[in-house]
Amino acid sequence: MATSLLDSITAGLKTWARVNSPWAIHFNSGSCNGCDIEILATLTPRYDLERFGIKLQGSPRHADVLICTGPVTRQAHDRLLRIYEQMPEPKFVVAVGSCALSGGVFEGLYNVIGGIDQVLPVDAYVPGCPPRPEAIIDGVAKLLASLSNPGPKLSTPASGAPAESAPAAEVAEEVV
Amino acid sequence: MTQPVEKKGDRFIIPIGPQHPALKEPGHFEFTVDGEMVTDATVRLGYVHRGIEKGVESRNYVQNLYMLERICGICSHTHAMVYAMGVEKLAGVEAPPRAQAIRLIVAELERIHSHMLWLGVAAHEAGFDTLFMYSWRDRETVMDLLEALSGNRVNYSANLLGGVKFDITPDQVKDILEGMAFLEERNRHYLEVVMNDMLLLGRIRGVGTMSKADAERLGAIGPTGRASGVARDVRLDAPYGAYRTFKPVLMLAETGDLEGRFNVRLREIMDSIRLIREAVTALPEGELTTRMPRRIKEGETVSRVEAPRGEAFYFIRSNGSEMPDRIKVRTPTIFNMATVLTLARGHQLADMPMILVGIDPCFSCNDRMVSLKRQGEEAAGGDAVAGPVMTWNEFRKAVMR
Repeated sequence: MATSLLDSITAGLKTWARVNSPWAIHFNSGSCNGCDIEILATLTPRYDLERFGIKLQGSPRHADVLICTGPVTRQAHDRLLRIYEQMPEPKFVVAVGSCALSGGVFEGLYNVIGGIDQVLPVDAYVPGCPPRPEAIIDGVAKLLASLSNPGPKLSTPASGAPAESAPAAEVAEEVV
Repeated sequence: MTQPVEKKGDRFIIPIGPQHPALKEPGHFEFTVDGEMVTDATVRLGYVHRGIEKGVESRNYVQNLYMLERICGICSHTHAMVYAMGVEKLAGVEAPPRAQAIRLIVAELERIHSHMLWLGVAAHEAGFDTLFMYSWRDRETVMDLLEALSGNRVNYSANLLGGVKFDITPDQVKDILEGMAFLEERNRHYLEVVMNDMLLLGRIRGVGTMSKADAERLGAIGPTGRASGVARDVRLDAPYGAYRTFKPVLMLAETGDLEGRFNVRLREIMDSIRLIREAVTALPEGELTTRMPRRIKEGETVSRVEAPRGEAFYFIRSNGSEMPDRIKVRTPTIFNMATVLTLARGHQLADMPMILVGIDPCFSCNDRMVSLKRQGEEAAGGDAVAGPVMTWNEFRKAVMR
């Protein structure tokens, strides 16, 4: 009885800490830079993403949220998976931009696999070409809100998701 | 600071990328170091290669306008403009004067946005985050103007084949002039900061120095080349569109180091502001578009534009159908990349991010194609090697690590 109480308190604490200071890592797997400069713009004074406690972080081993831009190209595919696997559990993926959602204009090109969800389970989708910085902030904020208030799943794990890493959507449920 | 490096003792290879805090885009570098000194550098590109050049062959001319615009999100207008100009040349059509002036205005706004973006990123790599934050805050002025004109902050879609999509109203002219006044004041301040701040100068003065001869030999173009005294600017060498009327001033520096590149880019912003002022006040009257045929006559052409990073070059061949037969894109970064690998030798590892950022690299522009050279084979004049073709497995082994 006491352990389960302790567990629920620590779980609540963990969620509280996670929601209030998520560290994000950004990876460009074939984007045209448009989304990347808008992600960078969210950090700058006008949009100031850091007021939500979100910090862009260089190492995947320190990151909670993977922000992906661009369609997945064949060369970047392995590296994207490797970065995802290096992130500690629980981990969340935000796909930013039309290309990350579906491949966008690059759909069908010989070196393009498709959207991020062909490779990784995606938790939040931010559409736009490129999305405005406000939209990116909204996407990340919605992801964080879904952690503290469990609602319907944001996405189903993709068929091509790596077997050894747990799909992020399920992890999100375990956390809350 | 540059000094000959003797190879002695243990050497290590430090891999950087494709995901690395110092790289905003994926690229893989291997620096061979002797202690702190870099003795050799190699680069592996192609993470952002999507196959656009092949893709455009199965899309019609209008669809390609949007596809090619998305080669690069920073100089998107340049790509659309150089393509539209090439197709117009093939079709024997010329965009109306007002459309050409609007193209110039958007192109120069884009140059300001690109150079200010670079200023921030370069300052960030030097550890001067205050300048990064300030320059990106002021860059929002340009983004607002571009959004007011086109409806989008990035990928403006200003161009149509045979003209432009939107007009500039007198109200917008007023906004542009106000924005330019603000930016001019801010950029004068940044020029002062960059030229006088001893902490920043310690990171940029004498670092990554490239002589004019080296710049010519390595084919450095754009602001990177101009910082070494290479007087080359497509806007002046082969004026196109409204640049025949509104002449830019060539910005040169003789030092060839990072300080020179800061200097050249900041002065180019000032010149762009002047050009925009001249163009919006003397905007020619008339139509925005002219009639374009759906099928483009058989033929081939070359079209060149000065992108913020240097010369953007398009080769377009038409076979008389609705779709192009071949489009070859050449972007500036791939040429400037050679200078990074050469300049890296003899510098400290800590200077590598600065030297890389110094050329304002755009990986999504330069990941155009794969040219293979087997060990021991020499490429004649930089062309692809004519020799035995690789099997798929050999290719995979060589390229996809």
